[in-house]
Amino acid sequence: MGALDFPLVPDSPALEISGLVKRYSGRAVVDGLDLVAHHGQVTAVLGPNGAGKTTTIECCEGLREPDGGSVRVLGLDPVTQARDLRPRVGVMLQDGGLPTGVRAHEMLAHVARMYADPRDLGELTERLGLGSFARTTVRRLSGGQRQRLALAAAVVGRPEVVFLDEPSAGMDPQTRHAVWDLVRELRDEGVAVVLTTHLMDEAEDLADQVVVVDHGRVIAQGSVPSLVSEAEDRTLRLETEPGLDLHAALGADFVVSEPRDGSYTVTGAVDPDAVAAVTAWLATNGALATRLTVGRRTLEDVFLDLTGRNLR
Amino acid sequence: MSTAAPTLQRVVAQTSFEARAILRNGEQLLVTIIVPVLVLVGLTKVTGIDLDTGGASRIDFLTPGILALAVMTTSFTSQAIASSFDRRNGVLRLLSTTPLGRGGLLAGKVLGVLVVELVQVVVIGLVAVLLGWRPDPAGIPLAVLAIVLGTAAFTSLALLVAGTLRAEAVLAVANLLLLVLAVAGGVVIPASQLPGPMAHVALLLPSGALGEAMRETLLHGVLPAWSVVVLVAWAAALGWGASRLFRWH
Repeated sequence: MGALDFPLVPDSPALEISGLVKRYSGRAVVDGLDLVAHHGQVTAVLGPNGAGKTTTIECCEGLREPDGGSVRVLGLDPVTQARDLRPRVGVMLQDGGLPTGVRAHEMLAHVARMYADPRDLGELTERLGLGSFARTTVRRLSGGQRQRLALAAAVVGRPEVVFLDEPSAGMDPQTRHAVWDLVRELRDEGVAVVLTTHLMDEAEDLADQVVVVDHGRVIAQGSVPSLVSEAEDRTLRLETEPGLDLHAALGADFVVSEPRDGSYTVTGAVDPDAVAAVTAWLATNGALATRLTVGRRTLEDVFLDLTGRNLR
Repeated sequence: MSTAAPTLQRVVAQTSFEARAILRNGEQLLVTIIVPVLVLVGLTKVTGIDLDTGGASRIDFLTPGILALAVMTTSFTSQAIASSFDRRNGVLRLLSTTPLGRGGLLAGKVLGVLVVELVQVVVIGLVAVLLGWRPDPAGIPLAVLAIVLGTAAFTSLALLVAGTLRAEAVLAVANLLLLVLAVAGGVVIPASQLPGPMAHVALLLPSGALGEAMRETLLHGVLPAWSVVVLVAWAAALGWGASRLFRWH
């Protein structure tokens, strides 16, 4: 075989999960999940608590053995071919996994020693702002500082695939943006980034592909624009007196809901006429709109529509 | 393509990481080195405590048992506590996803324990020599073998406990078990001097076997076959149990 048989960025997916099943004491936490992630893309896995996100990621990291279906990372089985896979995969666990008794820079240097050609520690330290607490023991770091250190450890070995389980949890906005910049840079270098998150803005800003998971299955996936504007719908949000029958103003082409008393959401082809119809109807009924906004549906709207508004 | 560092480099890195983690921790240092030295000095110098040394000097009689006790604190108590908290905090899982892997992690732990034991033996041995200890030179290599066998048994027990119980429970169990084994397990006091049936039970315990092996090698230059059989059997059984029952999550 010649060198040309190996393209720089492989065409085959970085991650291919098909029909994944994982049970804990008989209960299926992941229940027939399919997912594909590509090199040079950020894939965000969204889902409510207990949806099976972390378990899925742990199956990809070789930390859990699937009860059914298959997982292939870079074409390899994470359990049986772990030795070949580990050098090429970076992992950031949700609960950190950092030893608490050592200084931050010692921890990072230690992980770096596991790789033949690790990233430059000075550069990585600067990128993620680790310098200010490099000599502090991990036990004394804040949540956001630990997250940054864990992220540094995940990427120090120049991985081809990185799994980040809730990377921005506990971070302040400045830190989050530094982390996002690093994630984008990894993507631009051809790395496949797979992250789980609860933060809709994180998924909207970062993800090339969003996968919504609930009850251990994928219930929607696609790019953010494709998910948000599947229909050319807009949303009108309105705050006024409670208990009004806005349907009467708009007709059957619109969906009206009143999630909180006096706070209405209208979805449909919201155009200037529709807005005029609503305000005119409010005027004839003697109701004052204290707030009225028109916008596209957000990823959060889509997410809540898909997964429901009940607390779990 | 990103590649792993050579196996030797990874295991050496983990070994030094583990050893430094124990030696830098104040409480660990107290339990593994300072307490054994104090016990040694105390029991040797306070002649009010009656000891049946079987004709040997107090220091010659006591040092092998104190070394056995020191080996147990590092390979069992300290390792069980450290591993259980590392397990709870996800450290074991994170490191197992790096090229180190689970095998490298285990190798690093065992070798790290041996490094710390080397430091213990040198410090305790030097203090003992200053107090007049004169071990049988022929027994020293045999004592090293006994320490390695004892370490295999007690590290396996540490991982079995750390991999199956909650970290807080391990803290209690590891300290309690050390105390029971030290007092009634034939470590410092020979099994033959324990009251009634305890004399027989202690010989079957890993603590008693290690204590006997250390005394016989360093006092008389011979390694009792029975101690070897007991230590190897415990190491095999506990190692098998730990590999089957250890829970990573």
